[in-house]
Amino acid sequence: MNSRIIIEPGAKGKNYWQDLWKFRELFYFLAWRDVIVRYKQAVIGIAWSVIKPLLTVVIFAVVGRVLHTAVPFGVPRLIFVCIGILPWQFFSTAFSESSNSLLANSNLLTKVYFPRLIVPASTIIVSLIDFLTSLGLLFVFMIYYRYVPAWNIVLLPAFLLQATMISMGAGIYIAALNVKYRDFKFIVPFIVQFGLYISPVWFSSDQYVYQNVKVPEVLKFVYSLNPMVGVIDGFRWCILGGKTDLYMPGFLLSITVCFLVLFLGIWYFRKVEKSFADVI
Amino acid sequence: MEPVIKIENLGKKYILSHHTKEKYVTLRDMISDGVKSILSGKKKGEANNYSEEFWALKDVSFEINQGERVGIIGRNGAGKSTLLKILSRITEPTTGHVTIQGRVASLLEVGTGFHPELSGRENIFLNGAILGMSKSEIESKFDEIVAFSEIEKFLDTPVKRYSSGMYVRLAFSVAAHLDPDILIVDEVLAVGDAAFQKKCLAKIEEISGRGRTVIVVSHNMNTVMKLCNKAILLNLGKIDAWGNVEEVVDSYYRSNFGTSARRIWSQEPKERENKEVRLLETRVHDKDFGIQENYDITKPVGISMDYEVLKDGEKFTHSFNVYNEDSIHLFSSHDTQFEATNKICEKGVYTTTMWIPGNLLAEGNHTVSVAIIRINPFYIYFHEMDALRFTVRDYMQGDSARGNYTLDFPGVVRPLLQWQTGKKQA
Repeated sequence: MNSRIIIEPGAKGKNYWQDLWKFRELFYFLAWRDVIVRYKQAVIGIAWSVIKPLLTVVIFAVVGRVLHTAVPFGVPRLIFVCIGILPWQFFSTAFSESSNSLLANSNLLTKVYFPRLIVPASTIIVSLIDFLTSLGLLFVFMIYYRYVPAWNIVLLPAFLLQATMISMGAGIYIAALNVKYRDFKFIVPFIVQFGLYISPVWFSSDQYVYQNVKVPEVLKFVYSLNPMVGVIDGFRWCILGGKTDLYMPGFLLSITVCFLVLFLGIWYFRKVEKSFADVI
Repeated sequence: MEPVIKIENLGKKYILSHHTKEKYVTLRDMISDGVKSILSGKKKGEANNYSEEFWALKDVSFEINQGERVGIIGRNGAGKSTLLKILSRITEPTTGHVTIQGRVASLLEVGTGFHPELSGRENIFLNGAILGMSKSEIESKFDEIVAFSEIEKFLDTPVKRYSSGMYVRLAFSVAAHLDPDILIVDEVLAVGDAAFQKKCLAKIEEISGRGRTVIVVSHNMNTVMKLCNKAILLNLGKIDAWGNVEEVVDSYYRSNFGTSARRIWSQEPKERENKEVRLLETRVHDKDFGIQENYDITKPVGISMDYEVLKDGEKFTHSFNVYNEDSIHLFSSHDTQFEATNKICEKGVYTTTMWIPGNLLAEGNHTVSVAIIRINPFYIYFHEMDALRFTVRDYMQGDSARGNYTLDFPGVVRPLLQWQTGKKQA
């Protein structure tokens, strides 16, 4: 008899992080399940994780071309758009999947105990794997255009981490809300769709669309409240190097928002977690 | 020695709100409640005055020692599932304190988290992890699990192609190899075919034989009697009886409502009231209508039910089902003679009796379920399981199917049949 469990009102907090560690294998298995199941019975399987961004990249490149959106000098448009699409698509799938994850696994919540945070967190893994495969697309473009990325590319994982934190934080928050208020099931697709148009996915964040005029600092700072602006700009900075600048105040704001979202997400999740089985 | 499970003053409160059917709230409800409260000039929260507190469990205290096998019994809504959910840490209690020593595995459902698209092999790993096993533990027990489940051939088939029997066998096998200090099981034995059920029971007996503590929730008194040495009877969230399994099961049958051979239903709280027919009383009796619990195997047994028709114009018939102590459904009988099957019934109180002839039932305990149904279109007004219980005994007076044979006599029924023997002409 080595373990001793105490159950009482409000007692769940004490060993939470320890428990989370104890259940790390469950985290791994849930992620593994999602990965396997995702492309089961799909003939071309994981190729979908490349085809989806490819089509989006082509569409936005065409739209950008028609509207003459600004692209830094010497950067092929396909590469420029692709660098915007990839982190965005990672965010949008990770965020939607994790915010829906508790509902999708409600049978687990009502039948077994484990730290609930595992569920939304494990869904991120699938999106991460999708993202890594879709990076192949970017490399294909770079080889085609014989484009050599800047040395900054070594910092790419840092921005990927930032994107992960944002999608996880927001996903956890919405997942917890979703248990009680099913409205978020309808709100999430809207956020994702709307976000695609207002994030600098197919245009540059520091130039107006039509003229090659710099955006005023104030506007840019406000724009950076959308944490994905910092992520996408960061990705561009990593790969295109000196062709785009990393706008420091905006970047710092983005990081702050990112931590805030993650903190709020975990805080709210922990607060309502113990009632999940009763309300779901 | 310190008890492995110690429960003190455990309580669980739910808030029932009567104006929403859905369990979850939508923003719309919140907003409309807010508007309502503004209009009526009430503070927020007051608007929701239809809500009502409901204690699913209240002041429950008991202790379980290592190696005990405890059955938790009670009618629907008695708080059994709530208790299990608290013990397995799925839901949090409102009051009280529980201390558990050792590793707990709870099996509230067979095959929790099984994914239909995954193969049997993959599901063993997934389900094992969900139930709290580590990967190395699953790997070391993998062959055992597969052998127990008898599905070797289909290991790499997605479980969505499994028959329901195979599915259940695989799921139980994973759970059976958990090897926890404390095993909590909810009704899962009600699945699978009879042979596999036996295997499951044997496995649970084996687990408890190794000094593990087992807690079983079941509606099936025979399962509880077989598996457990102690039992808890819950009633409306409180402990009604606690102790030796035979005594507690007996008090379940007797619980406030008369003996197991007679039950007065009009005093019992109903799960769902229907407006057409109400069950008043059920009795099991001999041919002179004397109520008793033991019957001579050669004598007929009468089963009667009193009921009240609350609405004119219903067309229905009566149905009784008899089960033996292994919960095998021996037979079902509905009244084909009663004119009510065709004739419209008037309001009033009625009595109906079914006679089971002597020399039909085997020795042992039998339970009866009673129902009022409409044949066409089919509708169940009520169907009460475990309504009555009686015992059939052979007093060895030579006129039963036993004759003078005294040893074990198998078979679910024991009719006295005609035999004819003659010497064959060469």
